[in-house]
Amino acid sequence: MSEQTLTRPVSTGLPALSRGRGIRLGLKRIAYEIRVYFRVGDQVFFTFLFPIVMLSIFATAFSTSGNVGTNPDGSGGISQGAYFLPGMIAAGILLSGVQNLATDIAMEKSDGTLKRLGGSPLPVMSYFLGKMGQVFVTSFAQLVLLLLVASVVFGIELPTEPEKWLTLAWLYLLGIVTSAVLGIALSSVPRTGKSATAVVIPIVLVLQFISGVYLMFTMLPEWLQNIASLFPLKWLAQGMRSVFLPESFAALEQNGTWDLGWVAVNLLVWCVVGLVLCRLTFRWIRKDS
Amino acid sequence: MNQHATSTPIVEVENLGKRYGSLAAVDDVSFDICRGETFALLGPNGAGKSTTIEILEGYRDRTSGTVRVLGVDPQKADLAWKARLGIVLQSSAEAAHVTVREQVEQFAAYYDRPRNVDEVIAAVGLTEKAKTRIGKLSGGQRRRVDVALGVIGRPQLLFLDEPTTGFDPEARRQFWQLIRSLKADGTTILLTTHYLDEAAQLADRVAVIAAGRLVEIGPVDTIGGADARTPVVRWRDESGLHEKRTSEPAAFAARLHAATDGEPRDLEILRPTLEDIYLGLVGASRVPSTALIPGETAHV
Repeated sequence: MSEQTLTRPVSTGLPALSRGRGIRLGLKRIAYEIRVYFRVGDQVFFTFLFPIVMLSIFATAFSTSGNVGTNPDGSGGISQGAYFLPGMIAAGILLSGVQNLATDIAMEKSDGTLKRLGGSPLPVMSYFLGKMGQVFVTSFAQLVLLLLVASVVFGIELPTEPEKWLTLAWLYLLGIVTSAVLGIALSSVPRTGKSATAVVIPIVLVLQFISGVYLMFTMLPEWLQNIASLFPLKWLAQGMRSVFLPESFAALEQNGTWDLGWVAVNLLVWCVVGLVLCRLTFRWIRKDS
Repeated sequence: MNQHATSTPIVEVENLGKRYGSLAAVDDVSFDICRGETFALLGPNGAGKSTTIEILEGYRDRTSGTVRVLGVDPQKADLAWKARLGIVLQSSAEAAHVTVREQVEQFAAYYDRPRNVDEVIAAVGLTEKAKTRIGKLSGGQRRRVDVALGVIGRPQLLFLDEPTTGFDPEARRQFWQLIRSLKADGTTILLTTHYLDEAAQLADRVAVIAAGRLVEIGPVDTIGGADARTPVVRWRDESGLHEKRTSEPAAFAARLHAATDGEPRDLEILRPTLEDIYLGLVGASRVPSTALIPGETAHV
């Protein structure tokens, strides 16, 4: 059959596509994706502003509960808002990647968007560049906004040492990439667009509760801590605490240290698992469904 | 056949079969579509039209037979192949939050030699809605966005799967005009529809599919064969209603007039419409033939 194809005159009528269009179209998709992201109200609230709203609630509601990690005489320590800030940053990264992409792509799969793109000459790579770019831009804006609100509105002291910011940078980058690929992988689980939020939100919510975002991790029973330690959010939140909390708080962690090495290992493993799952599960459409 | 049609096949389908378990959705279908031709697949819902078109578009894998579209097997096709196609699917995709212009402009970028964005928007009659978000458009207007996205890449071959469902008569006529202009540009078109007037207006050739099988193929004015087009003279006398199929209805009516010595009662000369012929073809594959449906016949 292949020789036959070669001899057919019409088969020569397919000119090669221009070079570098995968990247060029990826950039084009990023602009498009970001524009759409900020036009969807519930997306902006439940993904983009949610950690900022939660931080505001925590910082306000617990403003009279006294500081965390005080000296025996009640002096020192840090405010409740300052204590929960790292968790909110970690949660924001999880929401921007996992929740945002898993629901977004599942919806696009069920409403025919992916089928239409699959019939166009858009490379799959460009589509994912668009999604990754959208996640980067929105989560970075979220991080900046969160730090601004924490600092300006709630007077939370931000670290001054450059090495702390360097730690924040690699944690953020590794965290957001892992979170985004896990979001893409998870998007193939919901069978319909309508069920996407019902599948994704409980997973994300439970993770936030057991990973030290809304509850102090050390208050959880050990078996629950062990379960949470399988998942990346616990490690990301722990890494973020190493950036924003005083050194003395390391003693409160599960192993009495920040364990940044294990943070990196866990996130990397999940990143690889996510990439493999994406590769195996992503299709423009379910053929023959 | 129109002046651009040549004998070069753009689409070649031989003994195509698609099974879902024990159900044969498409069964031994063969046809070719030539360059520049507009070809319509007609058939009732569930006949296998969309399955066939989606196999040609590369969305579904066939169970048997061979298919070549632009000389390539759709199951092994790449992006360069997709760049030569325009696809209008049966159902619209949402994209509710972008404007018509943003969406058309976005898709234009995916092709190396796209048509002009504003010209395409004008051609589908959405110039006034260009800055409106797609979610705010009516169903028929969204369908026109689908068509705009299908033609923006200057396709060699355009697939239209029930393109005018939900259009009002005015919009349908405008759409036909658009298709004629694409045809004049040399675009090869494969159309599925269950509107026979649409097929009659647009198609050089039609194929009728019923229950997964091709029951007829040919130029619109020949399907069903000459016999199916023989006019019928109908009149009434004391013994009731009579019908006579004859290729010379005027002569027959004149003889009738002479014989009855006056105006025959309820005299009609009926010429089977495409719809009558089509229903005859589709009906023959399922239920006993009802070639002439009262009330649906053209009065001459």
